[in-house]
Amino acid sequence: MGRFVDLTLNGFTYGVIYAAVALGLVLIWRATRIVNFAQGALATLTTYIAVSLLDRSVNYWLAFAGALFAGLVIGALTERVFIRPLYGKPDLNPIVVSIGLLILVESIAGAIWGSGDRGFEPAFSQIGISVGKTHLEFSHFDVFVLASVLVLMVGILVLFRWTNLGLRMRASAFAPEVARLLGVRVGRILTTGWALATFAGALAGLLVAPKVLLSPNMMDPILVYGFAAAVLGGLDSPLGALVGGIVTGLGISYVGGYMGSSMETVGAAVLLIVVLSIRPEGIFSRPSARRV
Amino acid sequence: MLEIDRLSVAYGPVRALTEVSFEARDGSITAVLGANGAGKTTLLRTITGLVPAKEGSIRYDGKEIAGLAPEEVVRRGISHVPEGRGVITELTVEENIRLGALWRRRQPDYQEAIDRAFALFPPLESRRKQSAATLSGGERQMLAIARALAAKPDLLLLDEPSLGLAPLVTAELMRIIRELARTDGLTVLLVEQNARSALSIADVAIVLNLGRVVASDKAAALASEDELRHRYLGF
Repeated sequence: MGRFVDLTLNGFTYGVIYAAVALGLVLIWRATRIVNFAQGALATLTTYIAVSLLDRSVNYWLAFAGALFAGLVIGALTERVFIRPLYGKPDLNPIVVSIGLLILVESIAGAIWGSGDRGFEPAFSQIGISVGKTHLEFSHFDVFVLASVLVLMVGILVLFRWTNLGLRMRASAFAPEVARLLGVRVGRILTTGWALATFAGALAGLLVAPKVLLSPNMMDPILVYGFAAAVLGGLDSPLGALVGGIVTGLGISYVGGYMGSSMETVGAAVLLIVVLSIRPEGIFSRPSARRV
Repeated sequence: MLEIDRLSVAYGPVRALTEVSFEARDGSITAVLGANGAGKTTLLRTITGLVPAKEGSIRYDGKEIAGLAPEEVVRRGISHVPEGRGVITELTVEENIRLGALWRRRQPDYQEAIDRAFALFPPLESRRKQSAATLSGGERQMLAIARALAAKPDLLLLDEPSLGLAPLVTAELMRIIRELARTDGLTVLLVEQNARSALSIADVAIVLNLGRVVASDKAAALASEDELRHRYLGF
């Protein structure tokens, strides 16, 4: 029983990290109908930026905020420089470019910071909390992980539902041509979407780095699970990203815990295949909302 | 005043408009008539910058607007209600209308323009918070027009507003358009397949055939030319 509780808590913690990555993928998919394979690599880059700031003895939270801000800027620049020339081109082009970016960014990170593993200090203790006599494999840092992704999700929800920017973002996602006729400067909205997506990825990087070791390809497996989570959720629903992330996190945690960690990837693949064969549009996507 | 001078448009090698010229005076309703594929929709899409002009000029209030992006054209006071209405069904009725006015949100009469759009179409008022997907065809057309008006345009481009509507609904819609031109001095460019109802409210009309203007006159005069009616307008 204790093991089940630990695996569940662990699944939730990793699940919300996958959800943050999935949210980034969803934001970009909604805005530009592109799967951003570089999402993970960009998150690694911003995590390295946090490490560099910490190495220069910048305050921890300042470095944290710096990495998140870098995420916004890098996301916006990526859209402007690499992605904008691809609109209206064959669907294969953005796929090739985003995979190219993935490789490019990871090599640059390796060249600057070295290809070896290095530790990343957590914001809070990673020692398990004891509740009464029971010791849980669930730390203060894990609480922080859950809380910060929750804040991110609520923030995105509020932005979409109750702000003018969110209204423009939804309109541009659902009907770009009509949005332009109504005066929405869709180009800027797309840049904003990429900025927010990379911001979400940057948060995921900062949260996962203390749990695994920081290396140029730290985010590769996380991106795979985040992608599974996004597809589970239907690729264009932020709420779907959250639920998909948690389902993926729990599934992988149980499979890893009961069947051995070598089965984790297989478990994620099976989950993805099962969902895609039962509900190809994902759990949360309304098929009517899709206009490819 | 909208002045279009020898406007040509092509989709690749296919010519869609050839040397189209006409003027639409302030406060007038100009019907743009013709069969399917005559270039009516292309004409509107070119005015708002969705389709690039190949040659010729589009001047509005004396300034060239050919080459401007759609999101800038609307800022010059030109609102376009696209074919098939373009209501965003994933948004609520109110969100659709607010979106139409959003670029003017720093203007003092921003809220007033939104309220007025609702006031013109009472059925929308009671459905403010509902998803636009729940509206009927006629209500969607009302919403699309209300949304365009929330931007306080001087020139309204309407692409087949009667499409798929019952005759009574069409008549009501035409009455509202006529009213807007009369009371607000709104200039209207009305693209219609339904030539009879468009001519009933238009001041002037042009007839397009295969991308060329084949006739252009006062609406009443055009309606009485039997041969032209039979040949191009189908009634």
